[in-house]
Amino acid sequence: MTEISLNVLDVAENSTRAGASLVTILVDVDTAADTLTVTIRDDGCGMTPEQVSRVTDPFFTTRTTRKVGLGVPFFKMAAEATGGSFSITSAVGEGTDVKAVFGLSSIDRMPLGDISTTIQNLIIYHPESDFLYRYTYDGRSFTLDTRELREILGGIPLDTPEVAQYIMEYLTENKSETDGGAVI
Amino acid sequence: MKSLAELQAIREKMKNTMSMRDEDASGIRVVVGMATCGIAAGARPVLNEFAKLVQEKGLSDRVKVSQTGCIGLCQYEPIVEVFEPGREKVTYIKMDAQKAAEVVERHLEAGHVVEKYTMAKSGLK
Repeated sequence: MTEISLNVLDVAENSTRAGASLVTILVDVDTAADTLTVTIRDDGCGMTPEQVSRVTDPFFTTRTTRKVGLGVPFFKMAAEATGGSFSITSAVGEGTDVKAVFGLSSIDRMPLGDISTTIQNLIIYHPESDFLYRYTYDGRSFTLDTRELREILGGIPLDTPEVAQYIMEYLTENKSETDGGAVI
Repeated sequence: MKSLAELQAIREKMKNTMSMRDEDASGIRVVVGMATCGIAAGARPVLNEFAKLVQEKGLSDRVKVSQTGCIGLCQYEPIVEVFEPGREKVTYIKMDAQKAAEVVERHLEAGHVVEKYTMAKSGLK
């Protein structure tokens, strides 16, 4: 993985596969605290304590197509390599909460990358889930909630090309206004 | 800040045309592998190139681009599968955005499988 945003794309994919109706993704850049915090929370099927204890083990997966599960271990490693931290909590039937804190100025931190495309991809390719995304930069923030979009759109799907384009513009323009175009 | 008000305008514009966009069962499905292996190998630009070109070339009515998880052939990622009614599934391997553009033009538009990028051609089973 070359970008934090690709890790987000990958780990949030687990949430949709867990049957989540709402996936919450928070990206918080705090230059004073020198941190970049990513939180991915879902209300999917959750995991047993035994699964949680093994989820950061690359040689553990619940999948049957192969014997390794690298998504979560990659994310954990990327955060911890920057002097940050990683935590995952989960309860069966309630959902899962993943939080990764990166050292913002660490030379070992991969770039945030194209987080707007990641969020747009998640939204348009997972019509069965809702997404709540909040991007915060030094206390300023903007939010995109697909439940609000659906309410306005009536029955028009989020993957309609005109809507997909609007979502992309909303994400990129508001991100740039929130962080002043900072390179993260 | 871009507001949600613009979305209302899109709704007004779209609501009359939606009935024509119902899923066509006879359409082509392009499926891009987007598990950890696919993403790490560069599947996102491939997915976005397909989505962009299908839209730009006006193929949306008969081609649907979607994504899937890992199909167990991680070393050949990014993998793209093309499902077309009445034809055998075509599996393209080690794709990138440029190859995706070629597949859109030659396969999705003109109907000719781009053999050189297929798994069958590479001799892998």
